Amino acid sequence: MLAFSVLASLAIGSKSVPFAEVIRAFTAYDGSDAHAIVRDLRVPRTEVGLLVGAALGAAGALMQGATRNALAEPGILGINAGASFAVVLAISVLNVGSTPAYTGFALAGAAIVAIAVFALGATTRKGPAGVTLALAGSVMAALLIALTSAVLVFDARTLDEFRFWIVGSIGGRDGSVALTVLPVIAAGLVIAFAAGHSLNTLALGDEVARSLGQHVGRTRAAVSLGFVLLAGGAVAAAGPVAFVGLAVPHVARILAGPDYRWIVPYSVLLGAVLLLAADVVGRVLVRPAEMGVGIVTVLVGAPFFVWLVRRPKLVAL
Amino acid sequence: MSQRITVRAGGVSLRFHARSAAVTTALFVAMLAGLVASVAVGEFAIPPADVVNTLVGAGDQATNFVVLDLRLPRALTGLLVGAALGVAGAIFQDVTRNPLASPDVVGIASGGSLAAVALIVFTEVEAVPLAALAGSLTAGALLYVLAWRGGVQGFRLVLVGIGVAAFANAGISYVLTRGRIFEVETAYVWLVGSLNGRSWDQVWPLAVGVGVLVPVILALSRRVAVLGLGDDVARSLGVGVERSRLLLLGAAVLLTGLAVSAAGMVSFVAFVAPHIARRLTRSTSMLAAAGCGAVLVLSADLIGRTLSPPTEIPVGILTSIIAAPYFLLLLRRARA
Amino acid sequence: MSSLEARDLRVGYGGPDVVAGLDLVIRPEQITAIVGANGCGKSTLLRALARLITPTGGSVLLDGQEIRTLSSKAVAKRLGLLPQSPTAPENLTVEDLVARGRYPHQGLFRQWSPTDEQAVEEALAATATTDLRARPLDELSGGQRQRAWIAMALAQQTELLLLDEPTTYLDLAHQIDVLDLLDGLVAERGRTVVMVLHDINQACRYADQLVAVRDGRVHAAGAPGEIVDDRFIGDVFGLEARVVEDPVTGTPLCLPIAQRRSTRCAS
Repeated sequence: MLAFSVLASLAIGSKSVPFAEVIRAFTAYDGSDAHAIVRDLRVPRTEVGLLVGAALGAAGALMQGATRNALAEPGILGINAGASFAVVLAISVLNVGSTPAYTGFALAGAAIVAIAVFALGATTRKGPAGVTLALAGSVMAALLIALTSAVLVFDARTLDEFRFWIVGSIGGRDGSVALTVLPVIAAGLVIAFAAGHSLNTLALGDEVARSLGQHVGRTRAAVSLGFVLLAGGAVAAAGPVAFVGLAVPHVARILAGPDYRWIVPYSVLLGAVLLLAADVVGRVLVRPAEMGVGIVTVLVGAPFFVWLVRRPKLVAL
Repeated sequence: MSQRITVRAGGVSLRFHARSAAVTTALFVAMLAGLVASVAVGEFAIPPADVVNTLVGAGDQATNFVVLDLRLPRALTGLLVGAALGVAGAIFQDVTRNPLASPDVVGIASGGSLAAVALIVFTEVEAVPLAALAGSLTAGALLYVLAWRGGVQGFRLVLVGIGVAAFANAGISYVLTRGRIFEVETAYVWLVGSLNGRSWDQVWPLAVGVGVLVPVILALSRRVAVLGLGDDVARSLGVGVERSRLLLLGAAVLLTGLAVSAAGMVSFVAFVAPHIARRLTRSTSMLAAAGCGAVLVLSADLIGRTLSPPTEIPVGILTSIIAAPYFLLLLRRARA
Repeated sequence: MSSLEARDLRVGYGGPDVVAGLDLVIRPEQITAIVGANGCGKSTLLRALARLITPTGGSVLLDGQEIRTLSSKAVAKRLGLLPQSPTAPENLTVEDLVARGRYPHQGLFRQWSPTDEQAVEEALAATATTDLRARPLDELSGGQRQRAWIAMALAQQTELLLLDEPTTYLDLAHQIDVLDLLDGLVAERGRTVVMVLHDINQACRYADQLVAVRDGRVHAAGAPGEIVDDRFIGDVFGLEARVVEDPVTGTPLCLPIAQRRSTRCAS
């Protein structure tokens, strides 16, 4: 399925290229328009899509596992809001004007906010750490969204740029974007794969986890670090893509059962497939214009998600 | 802290927590003070005494115009929007038993905003408030129908609501990428939430809505307390659980829709006002949530108007900027 | 005096019926204990008796009337229920919890009559929670919390009181406290108590009527001394046991025969 989506992502667009031609673009590059489109435009875009989808899927799985809250998703700790604010400042104050150049700013913004939220929320000694963290995160997000709005309301030029970034898109990304976020996301994925076992224990509740010899606080900290790397990398590369991180782990849980050692890899694969598929659909739907992948993921993902939670047996965490 | 006051007269008996009553009273005093201040402060300053005079019908023509036609409707809109959102948020949080729930999170406000923004960007029709109300109610109905499975569980309601909200928000983003920048800017200001230029046209529907719904909700608030003990206990205490939930959620959706249609998507108030109220009163109080919301919106608008005149900072921006640090402080103190 | 009765009661959750054609008459002013193996349908039965779930067939009669046709408040004034592990909002104090038990007796303008106050005081005193009244529920020990919840159910002042495993989470002394308390309510105030109990020996001691549920039906019902024997334990719990006379009360006392450590018994 993943291979098929990659191929589709390379072939389909405002100018369609036959599958055979796609393969020839790699095996026998002849410099034709079609080959150039595939290698110079579609390949970087597909790379970014793969990375972002995988990162979002893994990030959602990590956070849902660590907080045992079905609603935890990459936006929850204010990371998207932090990245958004950084991008808005970059456009408005520093006059940064190209999509790839936003990547670094978004990454920095996401990191700063994540650190701030943890400083505020993670010092908890008693009570459900998840709730305090989530409250601190959503409040921080609200604050940053307000600050972002404050800039945008008075700066039409920035709004004009920003409104295309905020929908989440992997179009117009060159090779540098994937390269910038690759180390970040890769590090996050390593943590995610390593954390499966700990998340299984954590799923039994803090007290049981502790009695099984697990360092609950340390596990949460490690998982959170992985989460920040993944979610930050994703938002930096593609803008805030909603719903992949929330919905994908739930699907993974249905397919793979309650074992996080399986949920995480399933989420990674499903995230990548969903994101690429959504991107392809976005290119076809309003051809020759494009619909941002963030919008497509929601248009497809939201009805599916509602169907999911309407099932008689709601998968509890 | 658990002092209680009981008032009895004939067959009538009422009961409050002393702390709750004191906090609520203080909030209402602050609310009135905020109202007077909102009317007094501005480019053309009016002494508070004159404001009060004008309000009781003893002002001169100039102050009458400024007070009655310009500032009072705006201040009242702010007060009512804040109160409506505060109560709506309290209902959503109590009924779903989830501290993160609010009409913003479950997509009611987003539904209204999508309708309004689409109208602004794609058409010339001037019926934005109506569209916003209709959109909110549609989102609310959709939410309830989709979350219904032989009853509405709080958990499922929140999850479905997140789906509805995401859908509406994606719609908003899409509309914003399709329009011309001039219209997009208008739509954006509306999205952020503003009280600029609000007149009696906005006040009346809100006032009627709040005037009818809030007493109904207060009458139901004892049921809310019992619902907090879980469906089984509530049922065995004689509460019609599903009917109460439908009534309460319906009222909350209407209040949100009215607020959104009057002032746009003033975010964060519905989420934070009940939290602040709960921490101040140390119990659940709809009136305190209303008071917190009203004080928050009024003070945000006042600051937005006076910070750097003649530019006005939209109220929706300042509500978050004022309340977020305060709320974080409360969170920290709760931990100590 | 309130009466409660189930006739050919059937309850299911979509699959096969969990309660499958069950007849039961609750005797007024007595303690009825419902016992049975895990998953036999005893909690479901209790919930159906309390009108918490709608039966798929048959009926529950409260004072001779079909319980579904009565208004919620009318039922709540006559019948109270304490579920197995109830949850309360954060920071709710014991007194506030107990006061909420007065809901069915109150109205919009009659929020706190002297009767309400008296009922709450009595409920607090009866469960020895008066000293805890100002404490938030989440700060209490499991036993204290359970007593506070029972106080809430007592404050409701219903003739019929249904409890789902009221002794869970309690240490032995508190278990006996709670059961003595319920016993007193029946003996002194003429209340009717129906409870699901895990411990067959406690059920035998305190129940006037023992109802054993198996596969969604009443396997046996009657005074413990008349129905509980070795075979009864085998049929209901699938356990080999010896039933002897309780040296303290004279009621049946069940001694399970375990696979190991039973040598003395066998010899």
